[in-house]
Amino acid sequence: MNKETIIQAHNLAAGYAGKSVWKQADFSIGKGDFVGVLGPNGAGKTTLFRLLLGLIKPLSGELSVFGQEPRRGNPRIGYVPQRHPVDSETMIEALEIVRLGLSGNRWGFDSPREARNGRDEALAAIESVGAKSLAHRPLGLLSGGEQQRVFLAQALVGNPDILLLDEPLANLDIRRESEMVELIQSIVKSLGVTVLLIVHNINPLLPVLNRVMYIANGRVATGNPGDVLNSQALSALYDSPVEVLRDSRGRIAIVGADEGAHHHDYHE
Amino acid sequence: MRVHIITTTMNNPSFSFNIVSDIMTMWQYDFMRHAFEAGTIVAIVAGIVGYFIVLRRSSFAAHALSHAGFTGAAGAVLFGINPLFGLFTFTMSGAAAIAMLGRRAASRDAQIGVVLAFMLGLGVLFISLYSGYATEAYSLLFGEILGISVADVWTTLIAGIVILLVFAALYRPLLFTSLDEDVAEAKGVPVFGVGLAFMLLIAAATSIAVQVVGVLLIFSLMVTPAAVASRLARRPIQGIMISVVLALLSTWLGLFVSFYLPYPVSFFITSITFAVYILVRLIQK
Repeated sequence: MNKETIIQAHNLAAGYAGKSVWKQADFSIGKGDFVGVLGPNGAGKTTLFRLLLGLIKPLSGELSVFGQEPRRGNPRIGYVPQRHPVDSETMIEALEIVRLGLSGNRWGFDSPREARNGRDEALAAIESVGAKSLAHRPLGLLSGGEQQRVFLAQALVGNPDILLLDEPLANLDIRRESEMVELIQSIVKSLGVTVLLIVHNINPLLPVLNRVMYIANGRVATGNPGDVLNSQALSALYDSPVEVLRDSRGRIAIVGADEGAHHHDYHE
Repeated sequence: MRVHIITTTMNNPSFSFNIVSDIMTMWQYDFMRHAFEAGTIVAIVAGIVGYFIVLRRSSFAAHALSHAGFTGAAGAVLFGINPLFGLFTFTMSGAAAIAMLGRRAASRDAQIGVVLAFMLGLGVLFISLYSGYATEAYSLLFGEILGISVADVWTTLIAGIVILLVFAALYRPLLFTSLDEDVAEAKGVPVFGVGLAFMLLIAAATSIAVQVVGVLLIFSLMVTPAAVASRLARRPIQGIMISVVLALLSTWLGLFVSFYLPYPVSFFITSITFAVYILVRLIQK
């Protein structure tokens, strides 16, 4: 494959206050990759995002995004964090939230021109996630799935090259879950965006993923889904016997992973 | 009390249905003019800052700062300094302390409570040490808008302009961090700096608002109009405008009514804002 490499890590260690969450990570992610980031709670999945966003520095090793050190506020990265706080009493419309993704980091007020362009661009982003009808509805009154779409629009509004989605499928019922997966896949395809997506349950994503990062036991395994999600690879990662079971429809279940996992209480 | 000395010199003003002439009559008195001037500035500032206090759910912080202000003012009175100076110093350092103590706004309740309790304790000590009239304490707690001097009006005006300028510069990042702190941080907004700056804005706004409604009733101007606005507005700019208009109308109406009736202005202001809040909640049901 001759894909342009967008994210590259070499012997990377991540953690907080000098204590590593995971280390010795080597991976490279190409343009247009759809990457599922998996692993037990506290394994350091969100930590990976914080590194890519430039919110924390690597403990050691090298990490480059677009060939440079990650920096905070990079407009080429769109981010949807986990458990967005939305106050149900906040009557502010969805469009305003999306607009902040574009100009919220600039000082002062919008100039009239900025305001007009901002609203147009925000509206286009909301349309691109199929949520045009939500634009003028209060964010606090939207359902979980509707809010996720709005946040996705906010992350997309500056036309980023990378999307970091932290558990976008959490709290969605099965139908909304598959709608969301389809939506993200169509964005990957039509815009050529590289997506890293943290999930708990890999199954709804198996048909669309082309890479997996499995973070566990202080280490990171990266590769094609078939190469990472098998008994040998995960047993090696966990350093203890783990079995990957498949049912007749290709869905997988990972057995034995919890016992070997080191639980850290970092913010995940 | 200054107010009563002045009122006894008035020729028993009575309400006529000619509002313009009523206001003209009122404005013949310096203390009424000063009250309208300071009240107007304070209402604008409180309405704007208040909208963000409600958005960020920092009303407890605003409450705590007003109490710190009480202690500062009481201390200043005790040592014979201008109370407004004590107010500013204490609310500002209280604001910095609250911002330093905890990073996430939501987790600050206990920390704020700790600071608040200590501040009030100090304030009680200062009041008990002060051998002057209890009216000083009373006016700090409940406001003394009818006793505002020309110098106070100027201080309020300058403070008000500075607050609004800083606010205007902070506007978009402040809105972003208020609604969506994690994304704002990732987008490069200096979240801690913006939070600290906003706390200082609350402190300054509280300091000038204390003259009008006092420490205990600060919510009536800083929180109630904003709470109404946040229930009605879909866009932040609309919210700010509703909040300001409501704070202004209740201050003006409160002053107007209190000219004819022998009850405190703060009572009328709090009642009007409260009534509007109840009305909006009933209509929205």
